[in-house]
Amino acid sequence: MSLNRILVPVKRVIDYAVKVRVTGGKIDTNVKHSMNPFDEIAVEQAVRMREGKQVKEVIAMTVGPTKSLETLRTALAMGADRAIHVETPEGTEILPLQVAKLIRAVAEKEKPEVVILGKQAIDDDSSQTGQMLAGLLGWSQATFANKIAVAGDKLTVDREVDGGLETISTKLPTIITTDLRLNEPRYATLPNIMKAKKKKVDKFTPADLKVDIKGSIETIKIEEPAKRSGGKKVASVDELIDKLKNEAKVL
Amino acid sequence: MLSSVRLASVLGRCSSTGLRTRLALAPTSARAPLQCRGIAYDSYNVPVAGLSEDLEELRESVNAFAQKELAPRAAQIDKDNEFPMDMWKKFGDMGLLGITAPEKYGGQQMGYLAHTVVMEEISRASGSVALSYGAHSNLCVNQIVRNGNEAQRQKYLPKLISGEHIGALAMSESTAGSDVVSMKITAKKQGDRYILNGTKFWITNGPDADTLVVYAKTDVNAGPKGITAFIIEKGFKGFSRSPKLDKLGMRGSNTCELVFEDCEVPAENILGEVGKGVYVLMSGLDLERLVLSGGPLGLMQACLDVTIPYVHDRQQFGTQIGQFQLIQGKLADMYTKLSASRSYVYAVGRACDAGKISNKDCAGAILYSAERATECALDAIQCLGGNGFINDYPTGRFLRDAKLYEIGAGTSEIRRMLIGREFNKDFR
Repeated sequence: MSLNRILVPVKRVIDYAVKVRVTGGKIDTNVKHSMNPFDEIAVEQAVRMREGKQVKEVIAMTVGPTKSLETLRTALAMGADRAIHVETPEGTEILPLQVAKLIRAVAEKEKPEVVILGKQAIDDDSSQTGQMLAGLLGWSQATFANKIAVAGDKLTVDREVDGGLETISTKLPTIITTDLRLNEPRYATLPNIMKAKKKKVDKFTPADLKVDIKGSIETIKIEEPAKRSGGKKVASVDELIDKLKNEAKVL
Repeated sequence: MLSSVRLASVLGRCSSTGLRTRLALAPTSARAPLQCRGIAYDSYNVPVAGLSEDLEELRESVNAFAQKELAPRAAQIDKDNEFPMDMWKKFGDMGLLGITAPEKYGGQQMGYLAHTVVMEEISRASGSVALSYGAHSNLCVNQIVRNGNEAQRQKYLPKLISGEHIGALAMSESTAGSDVVSMKITAKKQGDRYILNGTKFWITNGPDADTLVVYAKTDVNAGPKGITAFIIEKGFKGFSRSPKLDKLGMRGSNTCELVFEDCEVPAENILGEVGKGVYVLMSGLDLERLVLSGGPLGLMQACLDVTIPYVHDRQQFGTQIGQFQLIQGKLADMYTKLSASRSYVYAVGRACDAGKISNKDCAGAILYSAERATECALDAIQCLGGNGFINDYPTGRFLRDAKLYEIGAGTSEIRRMLIGREFNKDFR
């Protein structure tokens, strides 16, 4: 059986190799950005499923400012067939619930059988969007996927859990969030980057999708983690226990 | 801004949450080498570099690829003096081997500035692999693109561009370096073939090449007009190679002597026309100098990639050494030299893409950037102090690699002579 479409929501984040700095109470965003690594894994999975003729079309989508188009182009260069950009004002943070509502609106338009997305974004580490989306749509979900196989009108998914792997079967339509070991994403090659420029990108605003992007959480302040101070050497176990008891007061 | 950094192997060792903090951790001990990490602090100034959106996308894509696939291996490649042969296929798959070649042969047809930018980003990851890349994709592929007939292009380009075959170009001989026209190798016509006798020296990719562009004298009495270019295949009878050379730098970019003993070459393998080899050679050298200028740029950027984080981590007298004025001065000099070199090289690249190829400026671009690269590498070593002098850190390699660019593709002295001579011509 071949599915009609997979929707892959992706997020533009500060590149994983960049050291994030806080200046004047704000995160310095004037640095290199790239696609959230877990979302790359999601795109790779969807593209592999299309290459394996398990799905006919892969649609990438993103929620973000104008510059997020670059992230969609990456997804297209990796092999997504077309893309949807829900454009939001520069500098406005969109929280997971609002993102999930926007994805729901797109999913209702495009009617994918599967939505695959990263288990979390490496900037806010929320790990909420996929689960909230499943709740909003009333679809089944398989989070932290390590392996995905199509089995008739169901998907068999190995999930990464604390004790190892858990294998579950989900009915379609379904939401999948990707874990690190699902696959190793490909590079966008030059010929594919060129081809990606010709692929279709539809633009919407949150208003077009009738979603209010105002969040219910207010950021009070942002600060860098306290600098790590140097450790101490102790001469004996007794001294260590003494320090843990009387200095650190953890025993 | 297309980039798809491969993470799995890096992240596989980290738990998946909080991965940014883990990846961005500065080395904690003074001897922890800066290896196997992405670029922690990227000083490449995108607005000042002024690349078009397409070229910036190309640059970021090559950067992500080279930093992940190549940079972590660069130290070992240098140590072993072995080219990582799997990279040819990877370069081919990425579409990097035919940047200036037409699409119908598998190329990208993106131009010389694009090629220079790719050369820069590969050099930033590994100077020696980039040099071999340049020899293959510019010296060999681009010479066949520019001078080959349709049959030659169809026969040789697709496999060179896919990475299935490796290319080289052979100009210098042990007694004909700067005075390349004095080459001694002969090519005598015998029926429908030419018989080549002689040797070529310091040939990049020589040990590995399947397809080689070789210059030889079809008329020993005609001076420059007696030179003809040939395409040689590694299987031609009478063609062999001496053992690989042990070099100061660019280790891993395999270099050797080529030996021609009654080597039989079919007449159809003449590249261009008989006796017109010197034009093929000289016009190719201009573009070679431009594209190879990406080498020093990448090496200078690599110096900054290592030095800037290091001097802000290393503390002496209770202060980051980067806060001391003498170190600030070095950072400023390195950054300014790189930026000035890059601006000149890119400007010459744009002019070449616009069809205005100036031999004065192609020579100037590599003359200036190559000498600045050696200076930057020396400064990088100095900033790292004792660590700069041990091979656990890459700065020594940067210096050894950078020095090649003052020698290969014409020495600095020859480049100066070329530039001066262009002015002399206007006053003759």
